[in-house]
Amino acid sequence: MPFWKIAWRNIEQRALASSLTALSMALGVAVMIAVIVIHSVAVRQFEQDAQGYNLIVGGKGGALQLVLSTVYYLGQPLYPIPYSYYEKFIDGGEFADLTEVAVPECLGDSYVAPNGELFRVVGTTPDLFDKIHYGNNPDGTPKVYEFQPGGRNLKNALPLREEAFGQAAFEAVVGSVAAARSGLRVGDKINPTHGLGGEGHKHDAFTIVGVLKPTGTANDRAVFINIEGFYLLEGHALSGHEEHEAAGHAEEAAHEHEHEHEHEHHEPLPLDQREVTSILVLCKSALGPTVLDTAINKGEGHIAQAVAPIREVTRLMDGIVGPIRLLLLVLTVLIVIVAAISILVSIYNSMSERSHDIAVMRALGASRSAVMNIVLVESILLSLGGGLLGVLLAHGMIGLASPYVEARTGVTLGWLQFDWQEIVLIPALVVLASLVGFLPAVSAYRTDVAKALAGSR
Amino acid sequence: MLLVENVKKSYREPDGSNLAILDIPRLAVDAGEQVVIRGRSGGGKTTLLNAIAGLTMVDAGRIALNGTDVTRIPEVGRDRFRARHIGFVFQTFNLLAGFSALENVMLGMTFTGQPRDSKRAVGLLERVGLGHRLSHKPAALSVGEQQRVAVARALVNRPVLLLADEPTANIDPMHQQQVIDLLREVCRDENVAMLLVTHADEVSNQFERVEHLENLNRVAA
Repeated sequence: MPFWKIAWRNIEQRALASSLTALSMALGVAVMIAVIVIHSVAVRQFEQDAQGYNLIVGGKGGALQLVLSTVYYLGQPLYPIPYSYYEKFIDGGEFADLTEVAVPECLGDSYVAPNGELFRVVGTTPDLFDKIHYGNNPDGTPKVYEFQPGGRNLKNALPLREEAFGQAAFEAVVGSVAAARSGLRVGDKINPTHGLGGEGHKHDAFTIVGVLKPTGTANDRAVFINIEGFYLLEGHALSGHEEHEAAGHAEEAAHEHEHEHEHEHHEPLPLDQREVTSILVLCKSALGPTVLDTAINKGEGHIAQAVAPIREVTRLMDGIVGPIRLLLLVLTVLIVIVAAISILVSIYNSMSERSHDIAVMRALGASRSAVMNIVLVESILLSLGGGLLGVLLAHGMIGLASPYVEARTGVTLGWLQFDWQEIVLIPALVVLASLVGFLPAVSAYRTDVAKALAGSR
Repeated sequence: MLLVENVKKSYREPDGSNLAILDIPRLAVDAGEQVVIRGRSGGGKTTLLNAIAGLTMVDAGRIALNGTDVTRIPEVGRDRFRARHIGFVFQTFNLLAGFSALENVMLGMTFTGQPRDSKRAVGLLERVGLGHRLSHKPAALSVGEQQRVAVARALVNRPVLLLADEPTANIDPMHQQQVIDLLREVCRDENVAMLLVTHADEVSNQFERVEHLENLNRVAA
């Protein structure tokens, strides 16, 4: 009879105690795996979201704040930069030769769904979905944005042209999560709210022309409106031009009273009064980001900053998220060690009542090392059994939470999302089990056979 | 086959003095022979069996089984030797509660270092009338059935010597005879020598050779 079967019979004999100790191990391992998987998913997610372009150009301030507000729609956006800065990247501008794609983004508005949920509104161009990719498919091809059936991208509306203040300007595209949670569909109209808090005045209505297929990025949780429409909304003139506007645009003031529903009467915002919150820049060459970084960040009298999002995300992960994860892992390791000690206590406490069985096995020819190994195998079986249960528990919980997390954040948590670090757990548990099983195993090794057999009389 | 010569064993008392248990000048058992050892309780019968099995080390003397001096074999080798050549039937059966009848018998094969022969285990259980109880655990077996499992376990490795320590002490008179008959019959069939320790007249009276410990052991005299 193999040793593992003898050990398993011993476990069965103490079913309740064995189950409880294995369960405590399972819980410890489940928490540990949850930390590992959630962290790795979060890192992957953060890195994927920041892919598809080389630089984010935005107002001066915290680089991390620029990345968080632009890529993940988290926190306050930085102070905007003039539209003219965006023009440096296009149509023969100063940086146009280095630039493959430049996508402007205007942040600062929000959309309050009927259920009260708040989503960021991003004024942008169709290029965001046409020319920028997000991450890569398993086969290495770039992931492109796609629209759910019946939907399409925003239309290109060139500044100050007729289409820029017609229907095309007032079109919107909704991320998959935002659409699912707010119930928005193609053809619906939304009124963005001025400001991020959802408490400002309501802007003109935008018609939804497309709903994005899920991307697993922060864009799933946002609403995108045509940037030309954004510039037609109240309060979106370049900071400091309000007085100019008040003095020089009487017709615009008149329009203020009626703009709430009739956006067709808006006057276009002159280019010199426009601002962008940030610009996503995809460079033509590998050298481009370095050249642009130097030109933008170190140029004379610079008013903007260029940030490599991946670098900032890595810095965030290494500087803040990493240590927190390490702390959580230390805590979970302690939980697993406590569970392992409970296995030690359970087996050790049973040794006195099992000395008789051990003596019988010795009388049948089992060597001291054989009975020691049987106890060690028992400890390993309990630890591994608990560990495997913990793996199933963790992935089951992740699977159960997945739809909720995906709906709330756009982050996809597959229940089969494994991390290589989980594989390390198996030998680690065997080592741990061997360590905690050693004490009771030595006790088995030292069993006085004649005495134990005499005691059974 | 078995030769016990000048074997001495004593235990150290808590006060530091030595308590002599065994002093046996000679005991010889031939192959296939069935011998009963009688003696009063505490006379060293179990110590003698443990010494022969190599479970208790003697202070002096020689215990040879088929020419191999058990006292000279290192512990690991002694365990293996015991597994292969000596069968044990205990007073309290000593079946492992968590194991089925078949598993208890198979357990006897586990430590021999030889391939396990489940057919042999099943055959022996059928031989002792438990072919229909293979998967039953000890708690589901009667006292007599438990002892029969113990007999099958003791013989499964085809030992040359069976040591039986008061094998009928915990059994009612009706089953006592069945167990004795079974032990004698199986040992005869398998040509296994048997050294049976008992204090019961009705058991010892059935054997041709009965040794009184008082005559064997100078300490008990």
